[in-house]
Amino acid sequence: MNTRPSLFSLTFSLPLLIWQLAFFLFPLAFLVALSFWTVRNFQMQPDFDTVNWIKIYSRGVFWDAYFRTLLMASASAVLISLLAFPASYAISFKLRDSVKRWMIFILIIPFFTSYLVRVYSLQVFLSDAGILNAFLGYLGLGPYPMLNNTFGTLAGYATLCLPLVILLQVFSLNFVNRDLVEAAHNMRCGRLQTVLEVIIPSAKAGLVIAALFAFILSFGDFVSPLYLGGGNPPTLSIMITDITKSGQQWPRAAVVALTMIATLLTVAFAAIKFAYREAGK
Amino acid sequence: MTGNRNPLIDGLLKLHIALCLIFIFAPIAGSFVFSLNSDRFPSLPLGSFSTEWYRLIWEDPLVWAGFFNTLLVGACVAAIATLLGFGGAYTDFRYKFFGKTAYLALALLPPTIPVVIMGLAMLAFLSRVSLSGNVVSVIIAHGVMCSPFAMAIIRLRLSQMDPDLEAAAWNLGGNEWVTMRHVIIPFTKPAIYAALFITMAVSFDEFAVAWFVSGLNETLPVKVLGFLQGQVSPRINAIGSLAFVSSISFIVIAQLLMRNPDTKTP
Repeated sequence: MNTRPSLFSLTFSLPLLIWQLAFFLFPLAFLVALSFWTVRNFQMQPDFDTVNWIKIYSRGVFWDAYFRTLLMASASAVLISLLAFPASYAISFKLRDSVKRWMIFILIIPFFTSYLVRVYSLQVFLSDAGILNAFLGYLGLGPYPMLNNTFGTLAGYATLCLPLVILLQVFSLNFVNRDLVEAAHNMRCGRLQTVLEVIIPSAKAGLVIAALFAFILSFGDFVSPLYLGGGNPPTLSIMITDITKSGQQWPRAAVVALTMIATLLTVAFAAIKFAYREAGK
Repeated sequence: MTGNRNPLIDGLLKLHIALCLIFIFAPIAGSFVFSLNSDRFPSLPLGSFSTEWYRLIWEDPLVWAGFFNTLLVGACVAAIATLLGFGGAYTDFRYKFFGKTAYLALALLPPTIPVVIMGLAMLAFLSRVSLSGNVVSVIIAHGVMCSPFAMAIIRLRLSQMDPDLEAAAWNLGGNEWVTMRHVIIPFTKPAIYAALFITMAVSFDEFAVAWFVSGLNETLPVKVLGFLQGQVSPRINAIGSLAFVSSISFIVIAQLLMRNPDTKTP
């Protein structure tokens, strides 16, 4: 290895580095500085004042939103993982390889559709006089309120996360050693017991990472809680968009954003630590 | 592979797959159906067939302006993200250096940051340097968000390359630049095209960060967000259906390009 980087190597490595430093890392770091700025006469001024932190953290509304967002994102991660697992298990263990490849291809398609359009479409499905309630009406059921409540938000989160979670689970289940499963069967280990005691532990890392992605996506999403959950009471991401779009109180929005980043980092590190604990066994 | 099979449980599991797919694809399929439906707020039974919503967006100059902004942004972002991503992928493939983990983290992390936070950070920063509120700011932000995808695609292709190929070219007297031009770039060409189309598709659908930084120069997805905030408007379905068809065409083209390399993959 050359110790001094050549012009050639710099030509290829530097542009990305400079771009991401200037337009990714620097803006995020700037948020930290911004959170200490003050707003006077609708003008932001560089400053070093903890007023924004105190203002936001002393508000009950903020903490309500914080814990609600945390709870909703956790619920979303757990529920979507539970919903996805039987499907991922079946795709990984029960389908022929050619069908499996098709399934993976099909599950990638939603990433290239507009999330907004799907949410709008979901409004039509879930509203009181919408498709789903009309259908249930034929069966003599309902109508059930499914829009502008927690159910609506969670349905939106599921639309956002389910394909990704199934894909990640399938990838991790594909790595489970089939001989282990066979061995468990030979030792008269029941079907459910095999899943719980052999398959899930050996795919644990991937399953936790999948749930982590669901958490991250749900925690940061403002579209589902706003357009399917009704937006009131708000989640943290709705708070950020509201504060930012309604005026010059960006420093306060920065406080909320930094709190979100700190929470996400904590959760991510905890999840990854949990995922790889005893991995060497 | 015999194990203990039970047709009933296997059947139920397959039914569960089907239900998950229905849940995932019902909104997408619904959007197509609703876009061709006369009802402003469709329900069962469905209204009559109508191309009214397509006519409305066709005649809306703001939709056209948004469309051209989206196209402009998408083309610039595809070029920038692919160039940056190619450099990053080649760096990861070829070099070992101190701080490489940090380099890769910086290159690949943007998609994990929530879009509202990216949007706020970009808006605050770009308005400070007087770049916000125009198309350039959207291109900058999307460049950050899309280059990891380009990098991953091209890196994948590079990992299929025999590492001796490059060394062989050097032994034959080609310097690094010549080797890059005549060996590496031709080999990664399918992935480069794929990266161009995929990053364009990602940029086409991104609305949140674009909404924060675009100001009055809205892209089409930001326009859709505007419609969503207003009253019920099935125009969203018409735009969404057209956007979906174009995104999928990009993906299919990218897939065909990826599948077409000279070496036959098994």
